[in-house]
Amino acid sequence: MAPKAAALAEAERLMEAFRRAGALPVEADILQPAEVLLDLYGEDIRARTYVTADPLRGEMMLRPDFTVPVVQQHMTEGAEPARYCYAGEVFRKQEHLSDRRSEYVQVGYEVFTRDDPADADAEVFSLFNAVLGDLHLRAATGDIAILMAAVRALNTLPSRKAALLRHIWRPRRFTQLLARFGGTAPVPPTRATLLEALAAGRTPEAGPLLGLRSRAEIDARLAALREDAAAPPISAEEVARLQDLLDLTARSPAALAQLRELSREMPAILPAVDRMEARLNALARRGVDVEALDFEASHGRTTLEYYDGFVFSFHAADPALPPVASGGRYDALTAVLGAGRSIPAVGGVIRPGLVADLRGAPC
Amino acid sequence: MLKLGLPSKGRLMEQCFDWFGARGITLGRAGSDREYAGRVEGAEGLELVLLSAGEIPREMAAGRIHMGVTGSDLVRDKLADWDRQVAELAPLGFGHADLVIAVPAGWIDVDTLDDLDAAAAAFRRAHGHRLRIATKYHRLVRDFLTEHGVADYQLVDSQGATEGTVKNLTAEAIADITSTGETLRANHLKILADGLVHQSQAVLYAARGADWGQGAGTALATLAPRLGITVPAL
Repeated sequence: MAPKAAALAEAERLMEAFRRAGALPVEADILQPAEVLLDLYGEDIRARTYVTADPLRGEMMLRPDFTVPVVQQHMTEGAEPARYCYAGEVFRKQEHLSDRRSEYVQVGYEVFTRDDPADADAEVFSLFNAVLGDLHLRAATGDIAILMAAVRALNTLPSRKAALLRHIWRPRRFTQLLARFGGTAPVPPTRATLLEALAAGRTPEAGPLLGLRSRAEIDARLAALREDAAAPPISAEEVARLQDLLDLTARSPAALAQLRELSREMPAILPAVDRMEARLNALARRGVDVEALDFEASHGRTTLEYYDGFVFSFHAADPALPPVASGGRYDALTAVLGAGRSIPAVGGVIRPGLVADLRGAPC
Repeated sequence: MLKLGLPSKGRLMEQCFDWFGARGITLGRAGSDREYAGRVEGAEGLELVLLSAGEIPREMAAGRIHMGVTGSDLVRDKLADWDRQVAELAPLGFGHADLVIAVPAGWIDVDTLDDLDAAAAAFRRAHGHRLRIATKYHRLVRDFLTEHGVADYQLVDSQGATEGTVKNLTAEAIADITSTGETLRANHLKILADGLVHQSQAVLYAARGADWGQGAGTALATLAPRLGITVPAL
């Protein structure tokens, strides 16, 4: 990988383009309080971040990204609408022996606006597309909002939908749960035994209850298990339709047509599909070749779980390389960090070190 | 010289000495019981280094010893990409212990990882923080829970008396080593049906990053048939 100087020079070029697009440059501390980030991302991020103990401020983290501090800054002091850009090092532990860097430069662009979300999505994507245009990258897009709408529309218990929504970002677990709720995977033997006992009016013997989790919480879960056992499985047709949706990959216009087709049986996804169409129109207006733009319905399902709408990434030809750029919409995150307030937001980051490498590489 | 690192005390050390002794190599402490220098009889070019079992993975990763015996749990937990840093030469058949996930026995609704995940989601909603799992095996437990799609938990570090953390309200569940399950039961904890993270035992490893020149490689090749092992590509 290019030396840091080359990455920083490329970062400056990108920052200039982002400033010209109307973004206000912002800074973020390198040392961030660990608690917010850990609560938000969980153990996945702890494994990847450098956590250290500050004698006065408690657990601190070398910033793993800028999104959270930038959102926090905006939620406390930002005027609306707002466009921000930033550049600086981020730190990620590498858990596998490889050439991947644990310290690299990231440049980002974030838009906070209540106006025309489809156009804000298109603004970020087309800007990235333009600044990376000479590198011949492959762009991939997706839309988590369509998946969420499809899950919410399932004709089943709210608790099952909540479980599936929670695991959209863990595809393997999602598939297992869907099989369970669809009645095609067996109930675990321990669960079957428990349900039998409960049905017979017996509460299984157990030792004293220790810890913070209360009797009421256990009773609530037992009630949920009974409710789940009594509910009919999600129909095979519904499971198949959802699977078709998850498996959908095509060029954007064809994907849109297939989603329209699917929405005849899943009308609940229509608003999200309409928004996708509006976004494609906005992208076309902004000069993006949407005919060639890949859409993968499951795109973004293995990233950190805060995207809840449009998602995108740009990749070099070498599959061993991390994405050159990635981003998406994260409306819900602003509510989590906004202490009662929220604002629709979309943004993305570029790795200028990779850009410099690709520019430097012989064609 | 071929440097062999062994645990410096206790039953594990004795069992290591016995294992090598049964193969005609007499190992022991030099001088008094308190001294950590080792002595070797019956193997040319072999040097014994006595170390804390917990440090042996790191010493192998750093290439300061060529071979080492320690628990497979420690190697897999302390070394990222462990199998690219060390090679397994032989499982030694002792030091058996299971790393398991255990929850309060009073949680009659939780018997599997699937249950744990559902309980964690509800717990986080009710308490405003993630369900805490106390352990000293962070990498193994995190990888295991990620693999099985458990979310909404957090690991809290516990270097000892982990079984007591639930009663002390510093954790809701634990992941710890057990051989008979006795201590868990005594502390009113139960093992999840599918909560076996790793079955550990003492293993003889070779350090891939050590300098295998200057006689070390040859010494291992000479030793290998006596130990009944095949030397992997290092």
